[in-house]
Amino acid sequence: MSFNNLDTLYRQVIMDHYKTPRNKGKLEGDHITVELNNPTCGDRIDLQLKVEDGVVQDAKFEGEGCSISMASASMMTQVIIGKSVDDAVKISHMFSEMMLGHEVDTSEYKLEDLGDIQALQGVSKFPARIKCATLAWKAMEQGVEKEQ
Amino acid sequence: MLNEEVRNQFPILDQEVNGHSLVYLDSAATSQKPQQVIDVMNSYYSGYNSNVHRGVHTLGTRATEGYEGSREKVKNFINANSTKECIFVRGTTTAINTVAHSYGREHLSEGDEIVLTKMEHHSNIIPWQQVAKLTGAKLKYLPLQEDGTISLDDVRTAVTSNTKIVAMTHVSNVLGTINPIKEVAQIAHDNDAVIVVDGAQAVPHMKVDVQDLEVDFYAFSGHKMCGPTGIGVLYGKQSLLENMEPVEFGGEMIDFVDLHDSTWKELPWKFEGGTPIIAGAVGLGAAIDFLEEIGMEAIEKHEEEVVHYAIEQMEKIDGITIYGPKERAGLVTFNLDDVHPHDTATALDSLGIAVRAGHHCAQPLMKELQATATARASFYLYNSKQDVDLLVDGLRKTKEYFGDVF
Repeated sequence: MSFNNLDTLYRQVIMDHYKTPRNKGKLEGDHITVELNNPTCGDRIDLQLKVEDGVVQDAKFEGEGCSISMASASMMTQVIIGKSVDDAVKISHMFSEMMLGHEVDTSEYKLEDLGDIQALQGVSKFPARIKCATLAWKAMEQGVEKEQ
Repeated sequence: MLNEEVRNQFPILDQEVNGHSLVYLDSAATSQKPQQVIDVMNSYYSGYNSNVHRGVHTLGTRATEGYEGSREKVKNFINANSTKECIFVRGTTTAINTVAHSYGREHLSEGDEIVLTKMEHHSNIIPWQQVAKLTGAKLKYLPLQEDGTISLDDVRTAVTSNTKIVAMTHVSNVLGTINPIKEVAQIAHDNDAVIVVDGAQAVPHMKVDVQDLEVDFYAFSGHKMCGPTGIGVLYGKQSLLENMEPVEFGGEMIDFVDLHDSTWKELPWKFEGGTPIIAGAVGLGAAIDFLEEIGMEAIEKHEEEVVHYAIEQMEKIDGITIYGPKERAGLVTFNLDDVHPHDTATALDSLGIAVRAGHHCAQPLMKELQATATARASFYLYNSKQDVDLLVDGLRKTKEYFGDVF
């Protein structure tokens, strides 16, 4: 089959997150909400964060978009729950570097500690899709900024 | 059908993308350029690049002849009454903004209505929203029928004595719908309103005669009709343009300049402030020559055959949704069940097939179609039924691939 190169982009784990997103839904009680669109393509995420004492206690998202954007959102919530706001932002920066195909600073966090998001590494080879992958992370950064 | 010889004149099409021969199906976004247009632009820059209308020198004269010669070609191509009615602008967007900010601001006031359709491109919505905010006029949208067309009865109901402007696309960039412009123009005129037509998706693909259509303003872009980017045309009836104020002021468009007031050049130059788009106009002229050599009727017929074949073949794919009416211009907007259009476009790209995915600058229409995004394959004179076969094959593989990974 002529789609071998697509497997770099669409890893099994990405498809799993797309089909069975983690932390999809709405948060109850006090929380921060960020809604972000990708204006060029219509991807939309509605991210809710519960931050207490500088720690992301909980995160949920709703939205619509392609497999990459929705899988990335699902993976992002998984990684940041339980992390301090500082660490969440640090990981987000690592993720941006990864998307740009840059060498990632792993002095504090190793990629393998970041769970499923490693699977998105292949996106960097598809420049048109990087924005899909980073949408949820941008929303998260805006959200924690609101809190501070 | 047009033959391979036409396709061979487009050097860009002779390349591999991701290991496959390029199949370019995104001409509604921008068309490719034939060698002859590229050559003419090259010879402008390498032979007679110069500013127009002021140089006494030989190159200046040649540049002016090239620039104004293209205007003559535009005039004949759309059958305008005079070159005074053909204003060179950056593209369709600038053309519509010019009408909105000149004619619109002058003639609209509180309670007036601008009638438009729900299938407009953003460039034929937002200029009117902005002018409505400034003048207190209201936007009134015609409903879209089930099959993606508008009904003339709805137009007759919507257009009233309060209507000052009807803004409508000739051909929808999403649905391919061809709107009955001539009939709508008649209804607009019966109510003393003017009609402004977005012709970006029409002029490249069919014979457009502005006098026959009896339109007041008509806008189109060069880059969608084998010409370069950055050039387009605003056609306007001379009687209307004469009484309109320019929207850009500065060099090139003036007659006399005094310390506190100035006067404008005559038409069409009063609307062409600044050094004009000379290379672009020369390139557009070459594109018109190219299209006329082939013939607009032959192009229209060719695309009709390709698009009918495309719909016939695409309809056979399980779980595909095709948007728009049966009778349409040369494009097909669609979605595969359970595959997001971005993923479809990426998968097709890996097979060398270029399609567009997204909202196609028509968010209100997407809402109407209840789709957040769609994929679109658009055809032009260089596409063949074989391109359609490759697309359909690619779509089947895409379905299979995303079916497998689930």
